[in-house]
Amino acid sequence: MTVKILGTGCKKCQNLEAKVREVVQQNNINAEVEKVTDLTAIMSYGIMMTPGLVIDEKVKSYGTIPKDDQILSWLRGE
Amino acid sequence: MNNATLKLNKNKFLILVILLPLWFLLYLNLEKLANLIVDSLLKLPQDNHLTSAISFFIFETPKVLLLLILIVFIVGVVRTYFSPERTRKILGGKKLFAGNVSASLLGIVTPFCSCSAIPLFLGFIESGVPLGVTFSFLISAPMINEVALVLLFGLFGWKTALMYVSTGLIIAMFSGFVIGRLRLEKYVEDWVYKTKVEHLEIEAAKISFSQRITSGIDAVKEIVGKVWIYVVIGIAVGAGIHGYVPENFMASLMGKSVWWSVPVAVVIGIPMYSNAAGIIPIVQALLEKGASLGTVLAFMMSVIGLSLPETIILKKVLKIQLIVVFVSIVAAGIIIVGYLFNLIY
Repeated sequence: MTVKILGTGCKKCQNLEAKVREVVQQNNINAEVEKVTDLTAIMSYGIMMTPGLVIDEKVKSYGTIPKDDQILSWLRGE
Repeated sequence: MNNATLKLNKNKFLILVILLPLWFLLYLNLEKLANLIVDSLLKLPQDNHLTSAISFFIFETPKVLLLLILIVFIVGVVRTYFSPERTRKILGGKKLFAGNVSASLLGIVTPFCSCSAIPLFLGFIESGVPLGVTFSFLISAPMINEVALVLLFGLFGWKTALMYVSTGLIIAMFSGFVIGRLRLEKYVEDWVYKTKVEHLEIEAAKISFSQRITSGIDAVKEIVGKVWIYVVIGIAVGAGIHGYVPENFMASLMGKSVWWSVPVAVVIGIPMYSNAAGIIPIVQALLEKGASLGTVLAFMMSVIGLSLPETIILKKVLKIQLIVVFVSIVAAGIIIVGYLFNLIY
């Protein structure tokens, strides 16, 4: 599974990236976490607020930092 | 909905029902409480500089923090009813002027953070929102900010707070309208109009009322957690000025009769990064010492509304000419408002 964090480098984006990596690691989820900073790439997902969280090319959240258990349930495909 | 979440929701309403009256009780009795602390607890001598500074601090700090918590909470809840997508949809079909008016108003209630300015700009432009209308939004969203509003209301009263909102709106409408009229689309970076934005219909999940409350609480945690320290420091500096700086000290520098004070205040304000939380209490103290309201208002709007970091971010999508036009028009608007208030008051 691929997980993308969309963000140009603001504080919230960094926080979300750190959080996602932590959740992935703690729960031994087989996922590749990638940070997307290119504007055109970010825009191609149609979001207007960063950070965005994309799991397997689906936008799960944007503009907010979701709670840990919410991220985990997305990662588990629930 | 299962039992656990039901219980949780009940708790949230309980919090509201108990906390709200408690808030009012505390807020309305703050002056008595502060006096009690200063007179009976600290036993400070009356009529000296230190006492004056300390009582100012003891009264103003909790007052502003209490207001901040309430307003940020309310704004946090209100913003759950708005999203950039909805705002874009509303603005899409709007012509100039009507569009500028709605964009400026929506700028107040749509969730916005300056780090999202670029995606927002692209999202608006590419879905057909006119450039001038987009600018009205981009000017109003950061300029009319809830923290500044609270501080103005708490330290200056509701009239100044209202003036701040209305002048902010007028500047956003006017600047956006002028930019639209000037037909500056050619100064938007070329790739912007070429990029095709995928219009993901991100399903607007139904939000329950208790989730809106949660959003409000989260906003308080995030915003108040970030700015409280600046508020305290700002009020402390303000208290120092209040107690020690002589009356009318600022009159010669930021007073009405000084014609250049407004433009200078605006120019100084541009590179200062918006920390409304720390600046407003200082400014309030200056006002007391003879600075004039128009000058002070102009300074604040320039600090909050025109920030250098945000302008630099915009460089990614705008050519330098357009940035210069944008900054000059907004600055001119603020200067006019500043003079106007100096004239009226």
